[in-house]
Amino acid sequence: MKKNPVISLKDITKSYNTGDLAIEILHGIAMTVYEGEFVAIIGPSGSGKSTLLHIVGLLDNATSGKYMLHEDDVTTLTEDEQAYFRNKEIGFVFQSFNLLQRTTVLENVVLPAVYAGTNIRERQQRGVSLLEKVGLGDHVAKKPNQLSGGQQQRVAIARALMNNPRIILADEPTGNLDSKSGKDVMEILKTLHKEGKTIVVITHDDTIAKQAGRIITIRDGMVV
Amino acid sequence: MLGVIIGVFAVILLVSIGSGLQKYITNQISGLGSNLIFVIPGSPGGARTPGGQQANKLIASDAKRLEAKLKPIADVGPVVQKTAAVKYKNKSDKGVSILGTTANYPSIITSTDFENGGFFTASQERSGARVAIIGQTVKTVLFKNQNPMGQKISVGTGKYTIIGIAKARGSTFGIDQDNTVIVPITAAQRQFGVVSLNAIYLSARKPELVSLAKRQGTEVLLKRLTEDDFTLQTQEQTLSTISNVIGALTIALGGIATISLIVGGIGVMNIMLVSVTERTKEIGLRKALGAKRKDILSQFLFEAVMLCVAGGVIGIILGLGASLLLAHFFISEVTPWSVFLAFAFSVAVGVVFGTMPAVRASRLSPIEALRYE
Repeated sequence: MKKNPVISLKDITKSYNTGDLAIEILHGIAMTVYEGEFVAIIGPSGSGKSTLLHIVGLLDNATSGKYMLHEDDVTTLTEDEQAYFRNKEIGFVFQSFNLLQRTTVLENVVLPAVYAGTNIRERQQRGVSLLEKVGLGDHVAKKPNQLSGGQQQRVAIARALMNNPRIILADEPTGNLDSKSGKDVMEILKTLHKEGKTIVVITHDDTIAKQAGRIITIRDGMVV
Repeated sequence: MLGVIIGVFAVILLVSIGSGLQKYITNQISGLGSNLIFVIPGSPGGARTPGGQQANKLIASDAKRLEAKLKPIADVGPVVQKTAAVKYKNKSDKGVSILGTTANYPSIITSTDFENGGFFTASQERSGARVAIIGQTVKTVLFKNQNPMGQKISVGTGKYTIIGIAKARGSTFGIDQDNTVIVPITAAQRQFGVVSLNAIYLSARKPELVSLAKRQGTEVLLKRLTEDDFTLQTQEQTLSTISNVIGALTIALGGIATISLIVGGIGVMNIMLVSVTERTKEIGLRKALGAKRKDILSQFLFEAVMLCVAGGVIGIILGLGASLLLAHFFISEVTPWSVFLAFAFSVAVGVVFGTMPAVRASRLSPIEALRYE
């Protein structure tokens, strides 16, 4: 049963201009991710998967092509529009966690809601329940440096879920974790997938990619 | 932030001192009697001898003529002043200010409060009687606990009988006003062999008569003297001149303090720039999570302003404390407007110098920021 496309890329290219040279990183990517899928995008370093991630994550604009996010054409958005979509539609999980070291776990988790303008009580309540969901209900007031790597990544996942985005975009989520923590994180992602979330994981690791529902391989700026 | 603290502190302290000085001097001069005109020898631009002095051409007959003409509208009080040593028995008080005045001195200038005795009379003045009124310092140095009334003191080469002891008047700018002896002007002139006067005070009987007295007084003096030989200055003029000078000084000092504030502002800007650089990754993350440019801008601008306000508050507290402390020893007056001004300045400095770093932060590209190590 075909579900609705969430991410739809058609003929996406990306070039950078350095002086007189134009360097093309992506050469016409076509890719579709459907609602509720768990997709892994795999490729060696230098394949352009980071660039692809930035475009999918609306951190950057493609040079040409078309990008549809649900029913919205998000190919060329202004900075503020990109920020809006990122805030509401996409939950990021980074390889190096990227938590704010000087604030508590809860304050980290509610940050997307701060930028969405949600009131304090609502977002704190939701933040606490998300932390409980990832098994960190007791660590609400701790600072990130008091947590292990695996725990920090789980905080990051809770943060990614804060505004209830339809997509979770994870860039090498287990890259900085030991195998046990890595397993815990993948379990959480699988649980989210079962609950209906669309998950896209970028990785170079075969064993991680195999845990997804579908694998898309990138090499030299093309889908192979 | 130290620069902001120092700047604000300096603004408040210096303005307090300036205000205090202004108020003090204004009070002092007002206290002298509000219808006063000072006639002083020489003029601001007049010719000077090689020694820097101006020839003193005011003499007793000038005072007499002034008296004759101005009698209906003003009292005239010529004054002679010399510094000399005053002795009693084996004690000596050096550097005493000897004032030779007329009998109407107390009614023209500040009324002298007496601890004992009183001023000399018109007839004593006319006869050049050797009587004296002494100030508290003279009393303490020469008489300790004895009663000075009726005793004879040596002023220069003459002996004077004490007929009055003035109450304490305190110090002005470190000048002891109680180290004075007042004698009849005629006695002083004979004693010290002076012919010229140090000043002539004119006291108009009503405030409305002051300008008339000034005009008529000038006419009288011009009959014998030239314009350069004397200056008529109303109290108002003196007050406003001094006021203006101190006002200008206060502004100048305030200006210097403001420069210090600006330096502080530059310091804040540098701190913020460093902060932005160090938090590049954080900015990238916030943007990735949905922070718009204006969210980042307002965050960092707010931090800069907070930094300056904190410095400003500390500076204000220190400045107020120092001003209040200074009020005990010297002169200072705490003015609410300077506090308000200093506070407003520190906020303004925060906004002005925080804007550039905040704008820079807001313009960071999230991708590059996230990659930054």
